[in-house]
Amino acid sequence: MQDFGEAVGMAVSLVASGDGDLIEIVLLSLRVSLTATALSCVVGLLLGAVLAVTRFRGRQAVIVAVNALMGLPPVVVGLLVYLHLSRAGPLGFLGLLYTPTAMIIAQTLLITPIVTALSRQVLEDLHSEYAEQFRSFCLSRGQIVRALLWDARYSLLTVALAGFGRAIAEVGAVIIVGGNIDHLTRVMTTAIALETSKGDLALALALGLVLMAIALAVNVVVQGVRLTAVRHAYA
Amino acid sequence: MAAPAAASGPSLVPLKVRGLGLALGGKQLISGLDLTIGGQGITMVMGPNGAGKSLLLRLLHGLIAPSAGRICWGGHPMSASVTRRQALVFQKPVLLRRSVAANVDFVLRARKGDARQRDALLDRVGLSDKAGQAARLLSGGEQQRVALARALATGPEVLLLDEPTASLDPTSVHLFESIIRDTARQGVRVIFVSHDVGQARRMADDVVFLHRGRVVEHKPAKGFFDQPDTELARAHLAGRLVM
Repeated sequence: MQDFGEAVGMAVSLVASGDGDLIEIVLLSLRVSLTATALSCVVGLLLGAVLAVTRFRGRQAVIVAVNALMGLPPVVVGLLVYLHLSRAGPLGFLGLLYTPTAMIIAQTLLITPIVTALSRQVLEDLHSEYAEQFRSFCLSRGQIVRALLWDARYSLLTVALAGFGRAIAEVGAVIIVGGNIDHLTRVMTTAIALETSKGDLALALALGLVLMAIALAVNVVVQGVRLTAVRHAYA
Repeated sequence: MAAPAAASGPSLVPLKVRGLGLALGGKQLISGLDLTIGGQGITMVMGPNGAGKSLLLRLLHGLIAPSAGRICWGGHPMSASVTRRQALVFQKPVLLRRSVAANVDFVLRARKGDARQRDALLDRVGLSDKAGQAARLLSGGEQQRVALARALATGPEVLLLDEPTASLDPTSVHLFESIIRDTARQGVRVIFVSHDVGQARRMADDVVFLHRGRVVEHKPAKGFFDQPDTELARAHLAGRLVM
């Protein structure tokens, strides 16, 4: 076990030297989490918009259920996906277990409720402001959904960011369905868990630094875009 | 300049309202309201606070369903197709989070209007030089003119105005009024809710005076301002409190 100072020094030099293993892990993490975020946004924003503008029996129950699913434990999602993708499972024939695709599926399932619930709230608030004007324009439901999604685009960036943050930081689901296989399904969080358990803190810390830097950079970019939009009164 | 063609069909005037009632939250806000508006020009709807002016406008536009009575526009009962042939400008403009031009484009696209009309509409409301600016950053008067351009982009046969100049400066009010007069001259029937007696004198062809959800008086403008029939209208015109 290295002492903390030595581990930090080694971590910084690993990042600075552009270590091949480190870069591979970082790129796979980004690929999995960004793809999951994009898929979640496609499904979640649409579901959120539909929930925001429609009224139907049981709507409140659906909203409560979606909100509750925001707290879905990643290991439970991982387990459910594992059961479906394992050889004995209904989707076992696809041979996706222990692949990045399985990890994307797990993360998508994990963060879609987050994107749906948060976007529903954002879009419902906006819709309450626009509703009377839209009724006056006699817009169809499709036109209303498109208009709301476009006008709330900067607020929805924050929603997507919340989803990405959850995806990139989670370890429980991806370690179950990905297996943490070196050069195949090893991502930052699973690598940190592994290296820590081995007592090799340098790589774990280096990955931790990169993880935090990515989170910070994404937040800075999204916040910058949002502030610019607010300054120009588009948000 | 021609706005996009409205839905075809016989004219929406005369407007005939019979026995109109509206109860919300257990309170009767409008009851037994009868009204006939025909011909052309500008009808001003006046009355003290709480008289039901804005509610009447929303009922006439189909945004609220009445609890009782009938509204017929040119013989057609209130329906979505009637609403499509009208436009309503609200007291507080609800502008999309987009540029001035994009706000007008939105309505033109939604109504399948000619996108090339946008420039003419902005010119008509005096906002050509602000087309690229964020609509929500404009002054109150300019925002209201964006709302008016959008309303005109629907090619309405009837233009409903709910105190659109209530919080505007005199220059903006003057500009807005001249656009409305011009619009009425082009054959659009205007129903204009206003608190402002001076504005009503400047704009009205006829006046509907409401009190507690009923039409107290409906007369040509000159007759109303020179010789109101009721004490309520006289008090209102004299600036006394009408409760």
